[in-house]
Amino acid sequence: MNARLTGIPLVALLLVACEKQDADVTRYGANPQLPKQQRGLLPNMKIAEPAGWGDRRPAVPAGFNVRAIATDMKIPRQTLVLPNGDILVAEGKGGADAPVVRPKDIIAGYLKKKGTSPIKGGDRLTLLRDMNGDGTYEGRAVFAEDLNAPYGLALAGGYIYVANQDALVRFRYADAQLRAAGPPELVTPLPSAVNHHWTKSLAASADGRFLYVGIGSNSNIGERGMAVEENRAMVLQIDAETGASRHFATGLRNPTALAIQPGLGQLWSVVNERDELGADLVPDYLTSVREGAFYGWPYAYWGANADRRVQPFKEEMVRKAVRPDYALGSHTAPLGLSFSAPSMGQTFGNGVFVGMHGSWNRNKPVGYKVVFVPFTNGRPTGTPVDFVSGFQAGGKTFGRPAGVTVDPRGALLVADDLSNTIWRISPVQRQARLAFRSSIR
Amino acid sequence: MAIARTDFHRPLTHPVQIIPLVSTLPLFLGALLSDWAYSASLQVQWINFAAWLNAGALVFLGAALLWSVVAALRSKAGSRRAAWMFVCAIVATFVVGFIGALVHAKDAGATMPAGLYLSAIVLALTVITIWLGFTGHRAGDAK
Repeated sequence: MNARLTGIPLVALLLVACEKQDADVTRYGANPQLPKQQRGLLPNMKIAEPAGWGDRRPAVPAGFNVRAIATDMKIPRQTLVLPNGDILVAEGKGGADAPVVRPKDIIAGYLKKKGTSPIKGGDRLTLLRDMNGDGTYEGRAVFAEDLNAPYGLALAGGYIYVANQDALVRFRYADAQLRAAGPPELVTPLPSAVNHHWTKSLAASADGRFLYVGIGSNSNIGERGMAVEENRAMVLQIDAETGASRHFATGLRNPTALAIQPGLGQLWSVVNERDELGADLVPDYLTSVREGAFYGWPYAYWGANADRRVQPFKEEMVRKAVRPDYALGSHTAPLGLSFSAPSMGQTFGNGVFVGMHGSWNRNKPVGYKVVFVPFTNGRPTGTPVDFVSGFQAGGKTFGRPAGVTVDPRGALLVADDLSNTIWRISPVQRQARLAFRSSIR
Repeated sequence: MAIARTDFHRPLTHPVQIIPLVSTLPLFLGALLSDWAYSASLQVQWINFAAWLNAGALVFLGAALLWSVVAALRSKAGSRRAAWMFVCAIVATFVVGFIGALVHAKDAGATMPAGLYLSAIVLALTVITIWLGFTGHRAGDAK
């Protein structure tokens, strides 16, 4: 009896201690605290429970407006703003060919599917047009179809480049074109066997000579064997004219979005790190992608932290591993990356927006929002700021942000692949000014 | 002193009980050998085999468990204790096998060495369970 009575405050104290510790711990930025690796008999899981938006809207900061500029899309992933303001949306869902090799694959596949949209991927590019610049996109056309799970998009040298899940292709593009003139031209095939992580992210160098393609790994940490990981978990540099490719940076588990830093021409990526090492391990990250660097996967994470689940293990690879620049929190699943522009206002003008698809390998969900990471002197600093949130409430999930793109006219586009919506977030003042201007005209 | 056949009770009598239970033996044995092959070679295909063999054994063991419960519920007073002992043995084997399945669901090297040890334990339990099922006891032994 006595023991039980004294036990209660002790437990309470322990709980308080845990909470406190949790609040003090840094999970973001250049120096995240990394807890010990841990995994029970069952991986911790919380699968999103989808629900319609109804009258709800995502939450945005004061001074910004959010509206759905396109709905009923077919799994929108990434967007591209064209010079005339038109928006291209890549719609698709890949990875269906990844074979079931263990009983776990069946169960995990079933569970994860519950948290995504049941709609079939469009395998197409949809073009959205704002006819009069009022932020309403009245025009909608299919720019190209019969693609294979298109994801990454880039405009360079008069071509629209599309990273399908199995090939980099391109369409010739003239300003204000509504529809591709014909079927795409193959630039080069991309690694597509298994395609466990199928998304092929894309960015074009500032001069348009090179294309960078992010290729995800074919497993969590090499459990399909390292033979299927050849040419995976890396960024390829592809010559736009010849299609010749080479490894630009390696050991990036799943580089889901690439972006070129305006002015500096530096390549950046957001990367989804490994699972089943605990709720606060391993941090997903934002990093400048250094040519020739090895970022650790699968042997190491966040620099020289060994992951010995990988067998046979290679010690020398741990020593080679480079530390990424900025932790975004474990399991947040960043899928979108875009550099901001001065038109986004003073607070959000210098930095990057990151679209976070949200966690599954964690009891308490994280991600499910778009954050802004401020930059100083061309480097990420401080803590991420929530820019678009409210994707979850009361145990339900209304949307999952994927690609994000800054429209230099002053707006952020967010592709939501759960509710199949494109959200546009823009400064209110600007809209008021536009409305005023059109009223006096 | 000859014992009448009707006085001898063993939990396993009908093929519908016997087949699923003895089927688990080669499957658990295969899982153990595959685990051993993985730990020796680090070729991932072996650990995949082990996971499937263990899962297959659990399916048969589940059927054996079901039948053993039905048989225990229908057992006569003299053999009731042995019948429930047998159910307990199957449950114990199933629990260890299920933990083995969860361990085999971890990725690559994270399955070792626990996966190998569990496969060995579950194989031993399977042998004991089958033994119990076929040996049984004589009615009125308590005398």
